[in-house]
Amino acid sequence: MKIDPDKCVACGNCVAVCPMGAIHIDPEVGRAVVDQDECVECFACYRGMSKEHLNPVMVRAIRKTARLFRFRFDPEPDICPTDAIVPQDLAWPRIVRRAFSDPQVPHESTGIHGRGTAEVKTNDVTARVNEGEAGFVVEFGRPGVGTRFRDIERVTAALAELGVEFETNNPVTSLMRDPSRGLLRGDILGEKILSAIVEIKTKLEQVPAVLRRIKDLGREVDTVISVGVSTRCDTEGNDSLRGMLEREGYAAYRGKTNLGLGRVTVRNEA
Amino acid sequence: MTNTLHRYSEHYALEPAPNPAPVRDDYIVFAMASRGINDDDLVEKYRGFLHLALKHKPVNIGDATKGGALRPRQDMNPTAHWRRGHQPDPEQVIAGIEGHTTVAAVFDNYAAMEAFVEELKAADLGISVNISAPMAEAERCCRDAGIVRHSVEYSLGFRGRVDKLPDAKTLELSTMCGHGMLSADFVRKMVDWVKENRRTPAEAARYMARFCTCGVFNVSRAERIIRKACALQR
Repeated sequence: MKIDPDKCVACGNCVAVCPMGAIHIDPEVGRAVVDQDECVECFACYRGMSKEHLNPVMVRAIRKTARLFRFRFDPEPDICPTDAIVPQDLAWPRIVRRAFSDPQVPHESTGIHGRGTAEVKTNDVTARVNEGEAGFVVEFGRPGVGTRFRDIERVTAALAELGVEFETNNPVTSLMRDPSRGLLRGDILGEKILSAIVEIKTKLEQVPAVLRRIKDLGREVDTVISVGVSTRCDTEGNDSLRGMLEREGYAAYRGKTNLGLGRVTVRNEA
Repeated sequence: MTNTLHRYSEHYALEPAPNPAPVRDDYIVFAMASRGINDDDLVEKYRGFLHLALKHKPVNIGDATKGGALRPRQDMNPTAHWRRGHQPDPEQVIAGIEGHTTVAAVFDNYAAMEAFVEELKAADLGISVNISAPMAEAERCCRDAGIVRHSVEYSLGFRGRVDKLPDAKTLELSTMCGHGMLSADFVRKMVDWVKENRRTPAEAARYMARFCTCGVFNVSRAERIIRKACALQR
């Protein structure tokens, strides 16, 4: 993302809305600028702010006059008055930043918006995770910290050593050069993104060991990791995961419950 | 997309209080179809889902590809600084659905969520429906509605460089946009503005909601948290 210096009036509204804190007002030029290394191309500033399309010369003159008399105008905090925020053309490898940061761009590998994963949300029709199995969603960078792929690789390589199975239909897996060793493409390792989710599947009894390994790996990375664990319930609707998590000391307070109301309705002509 | 999984509350504090207060005003019901499995008449199913939701007065609804009932506008004019409309527009959400997405309805009370789930069961839309809420409440809802849970997914909170996370109140607010579009800096700025009496808690909550591109931000819970953060009685 860039900010057009001809349009920017240095109102500062975009500074606070950037989830990565990548925007600041440069006192040398009196304009907002984006730190390109920290920007994850999430489009929160471009899409999240309302726009007024005012004349920048007029707005600067008003602001200058007000500042002279130390008047404080109390504008709406989520408006870019001159439409100064401009998306830029993204080439490889920078383009992966947007794919993993802007939730309104579908991932090419899955076609799903957001982080590109369906987890157990559609498990009632896809049967990705069955009874006796556990699905993990290990998310990096959220909330509001961001991550680089080199940190993700550190964890995926360690998880691969445990013999876990990476979900094939997942955006991070699609960027692996060697899924058996959890290794990612070398040209993306330095790219910063808002968040990415690694999905793995294990036997239910492996849950404690995997959780302990992830906890240990958390000490080796320069970002936050949030973990979700799922399973399929039995015919009575009971799950054997909660007790296991509580024994491991996890709160397991909140989560998602798939109601099982989905059914196959598309007739496969083939 | 785990956009509603890791909504922070005291239960996930690194040093949790002995008896954290239950969250009783944040229930999300969302629907998702799968390509080639149950995505026939997709738009009608999603619209049907949201129309049913509106009967139970959700505090927000959303389409993950277009946004929620409160959205930024591209055609503002300077009068907005004095006379800005903060009314949600749920019909815009429903009319804007075009294809594959996730649709969601957010409720601030159990009874509304449970009544909605009962209607969904009767409507038999054929798409996957999930509740994102405290697990015990979701389980109770299934029991009350005569539904056998199919699958569950638990949030286990945060690990790693948790020293980089903001304070607990900011996290409670910012994680209500699970995609991270709502910045911690903006949340702090809005809370400060409420403290300075420059905006009301309701206005601050609505500014925040506009950054959530899925419409799962709970403005009602946000108002409560902001009041608490500002120690406001007004």
